[in-house]
Amino acid sequence: MSTASVPLPNWITYGLMPLLNLLVAFFISGLVVWWIGENPLEALRLLIEGSLGRGDAIGFTLFYTTSFIFTGLSVAVAFHAGLFNIGSEGQAYLGGLGAALVALALDQYVPWYVTMPFAVMGAALFGAGWALIPAWLQAKRGSHIVITTIMFNFIGAALMVYLLVNVLIVPGKMAPETRTFLPGGQLPKLDWLMAWFGLKLGPAPFNVSFLIALVMAFLVWVLIWRTKLGYEMRTLGISPSAAVYAGIPYARTVIIAMLISGGLAGMMALNPVMGASARLQVEFVGGAGFVGIAVSLMGRSHPLGIVLAALLFGILYQGGADLSFEMPNITREMIVVIQGLVILFAGALEYMFRPTMVHIYQRFKRA
Amino acid sequence: MSGFRQGKARRVSQNPAIELVGIDKSFGAVHANKNINLKVEKGTIHGIIGENGAGKSTLMSIIYGFYQADRGEIRIDGKQLTIRDSQAAISAGIGMVHQHFMLVENFTVLENIMLGAEGGQLLAKGVSEARAELKRLETEYGLDVDPDAVIEELPVGRQQRVEILKALYRKADILILDEPTGVLTPAEADHLFKVLKVLRDQGKTVILITHKLREIMAITDEVSVMRRGEMVATRKTAETSVEELAELMVGRRVLLRVEKGEAKPGKVLLSVKNLTVKDGRGVTMVDNVSFEVREGEIVGLAGVAGNGQSELLEAIAGIRKPASGEILIDGQPIAGADPARLRALGLAHIPEDRHHMGLVLKFSEYENAVLGYHRDSRYGRAGLLDLKAMQAEAVEKIAKYDIRPPNPLLKTANFSGGNQQKIVVAREIERDPKVLIIGQPTRGVDIGAIEFIHRRIVDMRDAGKAVLLVSVELDEIRSLSDRILVMFAGRVVGEKTADAGEQTLGLMMAGIAA
Amino acid sequence: MDFFDIVVSILGSTIRLSIPLLFTALAGLFTERAGVFDIGLEGKMLAAAFASACVAYLTGNAWLGLCGGIAVSIIFSLIHGFASITNRGNQIVSGVALNFVAAGLTVVLGQAWFGQGGRTPQVSGDGRFTPIILPFADAMREVPVIGPLYANVISGNNILTYLAFLAVPITWWVLFRTRFGLRLRAVGENPGAVDTAGISVTWLRYRAVIAAGFLCGFAGAYLSIAQSAAFIKDMSAGKGYIALAALIFAKWKPVPVMFACLLFGFLDAFANFMQGKAVPGIGEVPVQIFQALPYILTCILLAGFIGVARPPKAGGVAYTKER
Repeated sequence: MSTASVPLPNWITYGLMPLLNLLVAFFISGLVVWWIGENPLEALRLLIEGSLGRGDAIGFTLFYTTSFIFTGLSVAVAFHAGLFNIGSEGQAYLGGLGAALVALALDQYVPWYVTMPFAVMGAALFGAGWALIPAWLQAKRGSHIVITTIMFNFIGAALMVYLLVNVLIVPGKMAPETRTFLPGGQLPKLDWLMAWFGLKLGPAPFNVSFLIALVMAFLVWVLIWRTKLGYEMRTLGISPSAAVYAGIPYARTVIIAMLISGGLAGMMALNPVMGASARLQVEFVGGAGFVGIAVSLMGRSHPLGIVLAALLFGILYQGGADLSFEMPNITREMIVVIQGLVILFAGALEYMFRPTMVHIYQRFKRA
Repeated sequence: MSGFRQGKARRVSQNPAIELVGIDKSFGAVHANKNINLKVEKGTIHGIIGENGAGKSTLMSIIYGFYQADRGEIRIDGKQLTIRDSQAAISAGIGMVHQHFMLVENFTVLENIMLGAEGGQLLAKGVSEARAELKRLETEYGLDVDPDAVIEELPVGRQQRVEILKALYRKADILILDEPTGVLTPAEADHLFKVLKVLRDQGKTVILITHKLREIMAITDEVSVMRRGEMVATRKTAETSVEELAELMVGRRVLLRVEKGEAKPGKVLLSVKNLTVKDGRGVTMVDNVSFEVREGEIVGLAGVAGNGQSELLEAIAGIRKPASGEILIDGQPIAGADPARLRALGLAHIPEDRHHMGLVLKFSEYENAVLGYHRDSRYGRAGLLDLKAMQAEAVEKIAKYDIRPPNPLLKTANFSGGNQQKIVVAREIERDPKVLIIGQPTRGVDIGAIEFIHRRIVDMRDAGKAVLLVSVELDEIRSLSDRILVMFAGRVVGEKTADAGEQTLGLMMAGIAA
Repeated sequence: MDFFDIVVSILGSTIRLSIPLLFTALAGLFTERAGVFDIGLEGKMLAAAFASACVAYLTGNAWLGLCGGIAVSIIFSLIHGFASITNRGNQIVSGVALNFVAAGLTVVLGQAWFGQGGRTPQVSGDGRFTPIILPFADAMREVPVIGPLYANVISGNNILTYLAFLAVPITWWVLFRTRFGLRLRAVGENPGAVDTAGISVTWLRYRAVIAAGFLCGFAGAYLSIAQSAAFIKDMSAGKGYIALAALIFAKWKPVPVMFACLLFGFLDAFANFMQGKAVPGIGEVPVQIFQALPYILTCILLAGFIGVARPPKAGGVAYTKER
């Protein structure tokens, strides 16, 4: 109780405590590995080797990182405005539709760099569109945005399956997916970037959308801390009553924040749809929207933190996939466990160690 | 009104109902209670008076087991007790009526009364017993209330009655009421006082916590005064006076008289016509109010808290939509306009509650220094924020208003109450508004800052601004205002000049005379 | 099949599909009424399904399987309680986290223990809850209308089905006729009132999440050892979220919860029936419409277009004494 009001220096609050939470999550993950009869340290070695050991491994790691930067930013932007957007998953799914429609329309006529800006807009527009109804319901009718965005994830999934099975499918084919985009609808790989570091990308789908993600991270930083809109979002997020006093329109701010959040989630689709598989497939998001929650929590909703946390999850995803080959006893789902534990310890239990920290810190300061 | 021990001297035992010895409590750096000693005799109404933040509520929360004292003991009827939680307090015969009612709003009266005293695992048996007991309490104390009414549909006075019944149902011998009249209409307050006297005459002990001197004088037998966490004195009510108590509360005879010249009122800048404002439940809080404020004058709105002043202020500030009526700033109708537009029209607003409205405590000082004015082009163009300009201006204001520590990057929560209020005052005054509306300008602010803020308000008047001042501190209203309007039950019941006597104003605030 | 047979068949599968929803929604009713948001229903159900299947496989006893499911589900509840009640963490974040842990851990452990790609081995015989034929079911079959309904819809379900429907009046009774229920409803509305009445808010809320864990245990056991005969990866398939939707749709009230679950179960059954069938004049109706309908209906309700859904007032907020 009484420790809650004791201020701690930033390096503890934003550095040491998240690190400690992360370590506990990893420690428990290690226990799980040990429980199923494998050596946790060996698993860790394989995981790191599998994600950072070779050029193509790094490529895959950064490919996953790209998706998580987008969804992490999406969750963070909403969070700054005091909104918990669990719908990034569905918004990313719909974003894929936007990107695919642009690619299908333009790929025969123009090179990729002409398609790209339209695809970015299409993905963002569709993602934002899918966030609009929950946003409107929250702003105007007071419906809890957590619940509505969950509902919209499922509605979105049903809609996309319908469209892929009945509308976008290539006639005569069984697989519910669009036709493969021509090079004009694909985002090129970043082999040249890897080559700078003397690495070979190989088959890894590390592509231009990584650069788009970094630009977005910078733009989100500008938005939150350097624009008036960001100022209004933060005011609303921290103190709704102060926002009323300051004349910050609630409905408008909520809706804009959610549109930006949905747009960022939608852009995530560029990476797998146009950067990797070159077609729109069922369930291509694969949980990246939910990983965004973990990434945003770990990164404390700051773009720099989000990029780092996304990288960490990228390592987990790629390394975990590799690990399951090397140690068949550990399935890919181990990543999901780690992810859950990270969300639990970095998110729900983020202040678990605070009282202890305060005691240690005070003793340290006195000494 | 001295009912002290009238014919009630022969009690079963002569132990005090409650005795506190050396109670001490700190919250972090805040020393809320310092070595408190207190004796409350049985069968009396004992007042505890002190300013906001004097430590009254903390002390009562310790008695009720909500907090644990760091040091000291509590003796109930002569026996030392450790009160770990509310359950222990209830078993010791202590009942508490909280300032914010602890009622479940969508429950019935009966369910609320039974909560925690259900009389068994199943409700069925307890329900009939509770009904019978409520009937008995009704006849014994005149506390009638429909047991099947749902709380949220009852008026506030009735809800409070349910709180009292809750305590009595749990066989409380000692009843603590924390600022009970803050939310009541005067008629409801009168009724409450009658009930409290009946309770005392039936042998119950009542502790009344308030910051209103009139209530103390009206119904208590004894009164203890708290000041900055200390218990400074205990007096028999019959042997003290409002003046003495006021002095004890404040610590020194503060002459709040602000040196100021004659007002030179000019044209009307703020005009309110037939304004009616309702709260969220549709209850009329401001009832057909009309008045004007001219340039170069301070108009004070006096009144007991909860008589519509807050709602009136919020309606003028654009935070609350009026139900009907007109508000004009410099001749322009503004009713229903949003706060951003009002600021552009030259209205500045120092809100009653700086923690919830005036400031975002997690922001840096310089960020709060532009709250509400952030869209102004001087803080950046094209939607961007110019942090350099914001910080430069914050540094200027910090120097001018002597805000400490002088660090615009510091988180606002880390400033003291007085300095936080200065941040708000500086922001609102330095914009050079035409009309300044102020709510509780010095609540929770130290003496030095009070004098500073009062000086600024008078300076604004002298610079030809129209100032509307709302305060529950009558002294503040009297020392600053050029004209005083008294609000009661949502209406303006009268207007007086600044030299009106405290007595006269007090009567008007109580709704007795016009 | 004539029309009546179709109705009977759809009603039969409606019942079967509603049961996990019903257990889970009632579980959510306890936590949410106590002021604790419970997004983690899905994870608890999944973890319980896995645990039930494992225990039932190892012991060959369905009841022990059920107990295993309940135990694991309660452990998940306690973690949720530790995070959101004791540590005052964000309840939604905690629920999301537990869903992930359950989704991952069930497969990781399943693969490590059984090596069947996350599946558990088939459970048979006493390891499963098998259909119970009620008395006279065969004799009644020939009676028009009532007969087939009795024989194919009411009879022939497993014991958990009947327990699910029994859980509805019991839940109602607990909430509205017992001391625990009164306090539970109070703590979801105004924990301060409960605290000042001398009742521990923490312990009360813990009991609520434990009750939820208990009921989710039944839902999980139903999935893996009553409806099927093994645990399959991700077999809860979003049912926890539909149950949450049903809970909201029923405005947090026990008897309406039952009807909401039956409605959503019916939509599911109807979608299965309509798969690949063409409606005269319209053509094939996409099954996705029926899959999305529970969520769409809940959103419409939340928007306030069908009455007002008023959630428990203190929901989602950890209790801290003032100051």
